[in-house]
Amino acid sequence: MLEKALSGSKRYWIWVTLLLAVIAVGLFAYMNQFNNGLGVTGMSRDVSWGLYIAQFTFLVGVAASAVMLVLPYYLHDFKKFGKMVILGEFLAIPAVIMCILFIFVDLGQPMRIMNVILHPSPRSVMFYDMIVLCGYLLINLVVGWTTLGAERKGAPSPKWVKPIIYLSIPWAVSIHTVTAFLYAGLPGRHLWLSAIMAARFLASAFAAGPAILILLCFIVKKVSKFDPDPGVGAIQSLVKIVRYAMIANVFFYILELFTAFYSNIPEYSAPLRYIFFGLDGHTSLVPIMWTATALAFLGIALLVFPTRKNGATLTIGLLSIIIANWIDKGMILIVAGFVPNSFERVIEYAPTLNEILVTLGVYAIGALLITILYKVAISVREEKAS
Amino acid sequence: MSINRRQFLRRAGMITALGLGSSFIISGFRKKEVAEAAGFAKAPKDLPAKRWAMVVDMSKFKTDADINGVIEACHKLHNVPKFPNTKDEIKWIWKDDYHHTFAGGHNEYLDDHVLHSPFMVLCNHCENPPCVKACPTQATFQRPDGIVAMDFHRCIGCRFCMGACPFGARSFNFRDPRPFIEGEISPDYPTRTPGVVEKCNFCYERLADGLMPACVEKSNGGLIFGDLDDPNSEVRKIVSTKFTIRRKPELGTQPSVYYLVGGGEDA
Repeated sequence: MLEKALSGSKRYWIWVTLLLAVIAVGLFAYMNQFNNGLGVTGMSRDVSWGLYIAQFTFLVGVAASAVMLVLPYYLHDFKKFGKMVILGEFLAIPAVIMCILFIFVDLGQPMRIMNVILHPSPRSVMFYDMIVLCGYLLINLVVGWTTLGAERKGAPSPKWVKPIIYLSIPWAVSIHTVTAFLYAGLPGRHLWLSAIMAARFLASAFAAGPAILILLCFIVKKVSKFDPDPGVGAIQSLVKIVRYAMIANVFFYILELFTAFYSNIPEYSAPLRYIFFGLDGHTSLVPIMWTATALAFLGIALLVFPTRKNGATLTIGLLSIIIANWIDKGMILIVAGFVPNSFERVIEYAPTLNEILVTLGVYAIGALLITILYKVAISVREEKAS
Repeated sequence: MSINRRQFLRRAGMITALGLGSSFIISGFRKKEVAEAAGFAKAPKDLPAKRWAMVVDMSKFKTDADINGVIEACHKLHNVPKFPNTKDEIKWIWKDDYHHTFAGGHNEYLDDHVLHSPFMVLCNHCENPPCVKACPTQATFQRPDGIVAMDFHRCIGCRFCMGACPFGARSFNFRDPRPFIEGEISPDYPTRTPGVVEKCNFCYERLADGLMPACVEKSNGGLIFGDLDDPNSEVRKIVSTKFTIRRKPELGTQPSVYYLVGGGEDA
């Protein structure tokens, strides 16, 4: 089926070339990092994880969100999602690959990555994260490819794939839970040391992931003859999922704020004070966090009121939710986990240009993979329709 | 004899499985032999201990100058580089004031002597080290004598241990450290490559030669080092008879570095 990605319109090839150019720039920046060490990034002794690990965290959520289509469709026979499920699975695959790449570019000794398998450490959460991520990638590759292949031949999916589909549901939950455990189990990092971390991760994932998927569907509808939601209301159903997940996410966040501020234990509130009000005169994250807060409420409002039925306001609402979640999880949560540091000193972090270029490069690889996979899926559908 | 594709694949699969399986068995045996051959024999002069620990006698550290020599001795011996940019900083031993060292226990009316004394900080060699638990490759591990050590050749540089350490004891080689080593390179300890984590190792290389850690030797009796498990050791006597404090004891990691405050004599 892959050959379908090799023929396309002029517009398709311009887009692919553009992505390849960004990837080339990213690769160049990575070579600089590879040769000169992680000193070319903004990370430091005190803030030892930055943009890369934050993107990893955000994208695990995007990958896990495919379950929001798979679960209603396969477990509840929710037929409306029939045409969209494959797009969810084909979003999960590039998302997991980007996760793995972000871990890779974050390593100080990337050539030793196989040590994780050569010297397995079952006490480390990272060991389990590797297993669940690789497993999830495999599951989605097998399921996505097999179901699409069967559809192309006009045959029902083979029976053996069903149990794998069911397995993918708890597995999707597991990838984000284990990722939350990476942070939530560390003593002395008070922003992360929270029992509700995994629940927050899942809620924000089920808001941001499907929101991205809806926007992708809009694009698919525009650039191809394939309509993922031919008047059956699949998108509006997904909008409901996004809305409630985002409300749950904001609610969970408020729970964190209550515990930290009402208990008044300084170590618990310090990172949150740093995020929202600044600490010891350091305020670089404050405007960003308030932007995220405003966008979160704007997004919820636009998805609650009838504005959700209007294409333009719906798009703004979804974008607000994606950006709010990205700021929260794809930037602030990781960075502020290290601020203040173990000595209650505030040492701030800002990514460098080189770091940003590597990040864009990885995102471009992800976008290219999405393009290729979606092109295959769309071509199969268009072929069937004609 | 001709075989079809299915048969070929099946046979190829069987042979591969057989090959992989037998290579595993062979290497499994070999591993044991290698371990036996290496022996892991104790060095003849190695100081025995079940749990190495350190007491910092604050009555001996009144000014920065008292600590600087200690830091110098450690960093020189272990080829710790000096980076101009604090972002890339590597430190094994350093100093901080009371409120930052014992973060969380803020008390502005504390005794002046305590408030203004420089506290020496280093890896706590915790009994329950969160860094060891976090490490995905066992590059950081706990020795039978309690020392938390690093394998610089196995470390993949993921920095999970730095996130896990509640004491900020770990440094990462963000840049090539070798050009930033001041003075002669010490032949007693290896230099590091970029991209690995490092920290204080309680001078296990000196303990193996029957010597006390470099900082202890340089401290004029300000640092007392010994086996906490041995009831007759000096560290054990101090910890069990005098008032000592540790950093963040509430986290349950059981740090092995104790601070003797309130003076050695009048305590």
